[in-house]
Amino acid sequence: MKSIFFHLMPYRDLPDDFEERYESVWVTPPNRELCDPKKVAQYYKWNLDELELADRLGFDGIGVNEHHQNAYGFMASPNIMAAALARRTDNKSALLVLGNTLALYSPAIRVAEEFAMLDCLSDGRLAAGFPVGTSMDVNRCYGITPTETRPRFYEAHDLIMKAWTQPGPFAYNGRFNKLRYVNPWPLPLQQPHPPIWLAGGGSVETYEMAMAYDYTYSFLSFFGYKYAKKVMDGFWETAERLGSDGNPYQAGFAQQICVSETDEQAEKDYLEHVSYFFNKCLHIPPYYFETPGYRTRRSTEFAIKTNQPADIAAALVVKKDWKALVDDGFIIAGSPSTVADRLIEACKGLRVGNLIALMQIGSMPHGLTEKNLTLFAEEVIPKIKHLWSDEGWKHRWWPQGARQDDPAAPAKA
Amino acid sequence: MAKVNESIVELRGGMFKTRVLTSGKGKPVVFLHGAGGLFWDPFLDALATDHKVIAPEHPGAGTSQGLEHVEDIWDLVLYYAELFDALKLHAPTVIGHSFGGMVGAEIAATNPERVGKLVLIAPIGLWRDDHPVPDISGMPFENLVGLLFAEPVSPLASLVPAPDPNDPEALFTAAMTLASILQFIWPLPDKGLKKRLYRVKAPTLLVWGDKDRLVSPAYGEDFQAAIAGSRLEVIKDAGHLPHLEQFDRTQSVITEFLNEK
Repeated sequence: MKSIFFHLMPYRDLPDDFEERYESVWVTPPNRELCDPKKVAQYYKWNLDELELADRLGFDGIGVNEHHQNAYGFMASPNIMAAALARRTDNKSALLVLGNTLALYSPAIRVAEEFAMLDCLSDGRLAAGFPVGTSMDVNRCYGITPTETRPRFYEAHDLIMKAWTQPGPFAYNGRFNKLRYVNPWPLPLQQPHPPIWLAGGGSVETYEMAMAYDYTYSFLSFFGYKYAKKVMDGFWETAERLGSDGNPYQAGFAQQICVSETDEQAEKDYLEHVSYFFNKCLHIPPYYFETPGYRTRRSTEFAIKTNQPADIAAALVVKKDWKALVDDGFIIAGSPSTVADRLIEACKGLRVGNLIALMQIGSMPHGLTEKNLTLFAEEVIPKIKHLWSDEGWKHRWWPQGARQDDPAAPAKA
Repeated sequence: MAKVNESIVELRGGMFKTRVLTSGKGKPVVFLHGAGGLFWDPFLDALATDHKVIAPEHPGAGTSQGLEHVEDIWDLVLYYAELFDALKLHAPTVIGHSFGGMVGAEIAATNPERVGKLVLIAPIGLWRDDHPVPDISGMPFENLVGLLFAEPVSPLASLVPAPDPNDPEALFTAAMTLASILQFIWPLPDKGLKKRLYRVKAPTLLVWGDKDRLVSPAYGEDFQAAIAGSRLEVIKDAGHLPHLEQFDRTQSVITEFLNEK
């Protein structure tokens, strides 16, 4: 199983009464009041240090993503971060950029160019993430008409894949992208192109797209593996209907993870920072989550049928004390062996081969993040890396230039 | 209440299926609804006593279909030209409220010969930095009600149905209706109407509530300045729905205008 340390890059010093005083952590948190560039300069150094440490420690991959006007993730350009990382990660971990929010780029050829640059810079270590993007980012921060969200995403995907696979120059006559000369320089190092990773929140169209194009699907939520069960079951049901072979490496999910010496110490170390995350970083009003028109009629019907809105609402109101957070799976926390046991249970249950490990959580300071990463790499990864080995699957979506630990290799005695 | 006939009008071989409410006899009056959707309300009922009221639902709102075939405001104007043809309306009076007012103004500016008289009730479509139109999809429902009415705590305001969070189907229908409007006004309700308004030739009445907190009466002056010969009536103690909140006064102002030669 692949372990990918994924960094959200949160603001670690929001005021104690943030959630009472402000409407939202996303879109409208007033920048001049709350965002101190001097602090951000320090955070960015820590963030990159933490990602580089994960590379040295032997994580299979490191990951970055894109959000806008967001205090829990102010990585407006993940490609800038990935470029910095490409030069300072000699242990050849995969660079998972999950991703570039395709609908935001006009013309979308920009994504084909920058991803190709990253792939060349990193010697073919890029996993190219194509998320549809959240309504907050796409509709509210970047002003894309809600009903155009998916049409723009599909068209951008089509343009990028043509740019990467058809000889240029050629003309592209889309609804949103009209280009006389499509001929991007450079092309990606990986041939025919970097592996494509989709990210979703339970839209049936995204499941189907993963199967139609043979991409990976990752469920990115902050609610943990128990909540993820219904969504990943939905993915696998769709996958099976469309003839999937059930390769677990085609699926990933995000999980918040806190490792300490003992279960008791984990609570002492991490509760404050996890609480910060759930209380402040998820302080988003429901009317921002889905601007009318963002989700298609079909996906909304599917969401209603599978009770997603009620599940999200229920997850948001669960009392987030340590016991509830652990018991309900929002976090996987404890000693290395507790964490490993839980992760094996979670990843088996969801049938995922890509663990997107969220390990710098909320206000978690730099030193504690280093401890979390180090314990995980040294004492958890060895216990979980062979989870799928006995089934003999090949990871067809792993970047060609990244470290290829053989998943079928027997566990060390 | 007048007898209201509901029909489905198909356009372009079924690409569009439009719900149309019709009632009354007399000169035709087309009513174009706002972001809340199409309802037969007391205003339309009173109008139907001496006019033939024809109230179509916008594509994608409620149960009307075809939103995917209208990409922008130009497609929508073309669609309405075809709907007028299908309904055998040559140059009807057009009354539009809020978003419907914006659409009415676009129709009258694009095809001046297709609109006999024009009544715009608190239309959107222009933008002023000193009076930004709030983002109606970006606030809690109770805040929206506060912006709609001069008196947010009133029997009328309490009639606005609050979405039931436990009824996903109803939430879905409400969301799709709003989506069908947002498609033409996102992220700001300015799609260039300002530069086209001079083309409106129809005698035009502008009606505004003096306490409209959603679309400031300041916009009324801009519309009036842009449409030659237009008249602005500001209704006292009314918010964004003057035709419901100050029904009598608004009704008489509009009826008087419609009866003018």
